[in-house]
Amino acid sequence: MGSDRTPIFLCAALLLLLVVGLFIPNWLVFLFTISMAKGLVVLGLILLMRTGLVSFGQGLYYCLGGYIVGISGQHWGITDVALVFLLVVLAATLLSSILGLLLCRYREIFFAMLTMAFSMILYGILVKSEKLGSTDGFIIAQATLFGWQPEVEASGTWIFALAVIITLVALLVMHLYFRSPMGFGGEAIRENEIRVEYLGVSPRRLIYIKYVVAAVLAAFGGAITAVAAGHVDPEMAFWATSGEFVFIALLGGTLHVAAPLVGAFLIEIIRTIALDLAPYTWQMILGGSLLLIIFFLPKGLWSLLPKRREEEGL
Amino acid sequence: MSIILETRDLAKSFGAVTAAANINVTIHEGEIVGVIGSNGAGKTTFINMVTGYLKPSQGSILFRGKEMVGLSPRQVTREGICRSFQVAQLFPELSVLENMLIACSMLGGNLFNPFSPLKTKANLQAAQAALDDYLIGEYAHAPVSTLPQGVRKLLDIAMAMVGRPSLLLLDEPTSGVAIEEKFGLMDTVIKAVINSGAASLFVEHDMEIVSRYATRVIAFYDGHIIADAHTTEALNHPQVREYIIGSELHREQAEGVRYAAN
Ligand SMILES: Nc1ncnc2c1ncn2[C@@H]1O[C@H](COP(=O)(O)OP(=O)(O)O)[C@@H](O)[C@H]1O
Ligand SMILES: [Mg+2]
Repeated sequence: MGSDRTPIFLCAALLLLLVVGLFIPNWLVFLFTISMAKGLVVLGLILLMRTGLVSFGQGLYYCLGGYIVGISGQHWGITDVALVFLLVVLAATLLSSILGLLLCRYREIFFAMLTMAFSMILYGILVKSEKLGSTDGFIIAQATLFGWQPEVEASGTWIFALAVIITLVALLVMHLYFRSPMGFGGEAIRENEIRVEYLGVSPRRLIYIKYVVAAVLAAFGGAITAVAAGHVDPEMAFWATSGEFVFIALLGGTLHVAAPLVGAFLIEIIRTIALDLAPYTWQMILGGSLLLIIFFLPKGLWSLLPKRREEEGL
Repeated sequence: MSIILETRDLAKSFGAVTAAANINVTIHEGEIVGVIGSNGAGKTTFINMVTGYLKPSQGSILFRGKEMVGLSPRQVTREGICRSFQVAQLFPELSVLENMLIACSMLGGNLFNPFSPLKTKANLQAAQAALDDYLIGEYAHAPVSTLPQGVRKLLDIAMAMVGRPSLLLLDEPTSGVAIEEKFGLMDTVIKAVINSGAASLFVEHDMEIVSRYATRVIAFYDGHIIADAHTTEALNHPQVREYIIGSELHREQAEGVRYAAN
């Protein structure tokens, strides 16, 4: 097997990012923060994709996470990040463990469409909610940490630091998870559910657990986005948002835990540059690059790297 | 010897088709039973019912005195009945070793430990040893989708045996396997079954294989059991000779012609 160097690599890379974050312009810090937020959502998505399921509705939890942050601050007066994030996890766990009961019975296109339907229901509700700002959404109260209120100018940096820490923990946990029997259980389900059943294991139960984990990751992503952007709106639950997560997942591939992060960062960069150069055609540029990836790199950008033996199991 | 499996009046129909009727089968501890019958006779349906994949239209299935009807395949597996499949059911994109590792972790019950790796040294060694027992160790790192049928069949059976079943149901273990490999495969499998002390029931079309490995034979015809007796007696049963062995000979001849033509 050789020793597993991925955790060290992940720690080093993210610590480096943290240091770099101190010296780069604010817009780039923000871009990194959003990439990590989206990377977390996509990390959950590839957990499902390795199980053979594509969710077109991770926007549901992304939006839920964002709105919980917003509502906690504006309506409940809770601005402490630790507490707010705890609420986010609880809300995502609660909602996904209810919806999961239904979704774990569906596969393929039916699963994809149902996940999308649920996120569009949330979108519809939010658009109709005058109190929550309808289609405009609303501004989020400034976050605090254990009673400490960072200065407004520095807030981008400390939210970035928070995102790095959450991302690092999530990547490490998911890395361990993907190597575990339960992680491989996902691939087993994708390959042959009948065999899994005859190995004494319920595919539905495994899918249920994976769905809940993916939801929590997506909610974290939404919460970070909300804190960083200082604003939420129903667009977070719109199908195009979920579609972008699928796009990032395809771009990065499922071969490495860090792939979603790299994919998300690339998308953000392409978007930023393309928006500048070609404000009306950047979606075409994104679409074109996706086509190229599907044709030439079906396993994502990661497959460009030379493959080390025995590493394919993550 | 004590009874391990007993089915009573088991029946299954699919719409107008009666796939099984009046199935009364008794299997004792450690017994090795051959099941014969032409295609469509209801052999697979019987195995599917016993393992909870199909719900019988009527009747009961007692495993060590406990009712199995209504249990799911995974519950039946946990009770100690494992099976192999007519078409091997594997994880085709994964390697042979990964297939075995997954079988070991799922049947061994350490699935819900999310933070210990699947591929520890100990797990790898155990899985490799399990493959070696079935003489497929050399294929450990090959993806299943690249393997010949014989190896897939052995892997399918080896994965079922990881559950240390007390009853193993083998659905046509030698189908799709080259003729010259059939006896070798059965030697390996039956030896492992005998060593484990499990009872076994295997579906087989080749009467030479049946008479070599089975002590008892159950003959299915059109959803019914037409003979259930000591091997030589069952194979000489007039109806068995007429309905089953006769048609198997036709089949072999037809296949022989086809092979010759190739
Ligand atoms: N799922 C099913 N739906 C409808 N008919 C079935 C199904 N499974 C089996 N049958 C029918 O039941 C009969 C017995 O099939 P099977 O048990 O597969 O036979 P064998 O394994 O002896 O070749 C056949 O007539 C077959 O067409
Ligand atoms: Mg059959």
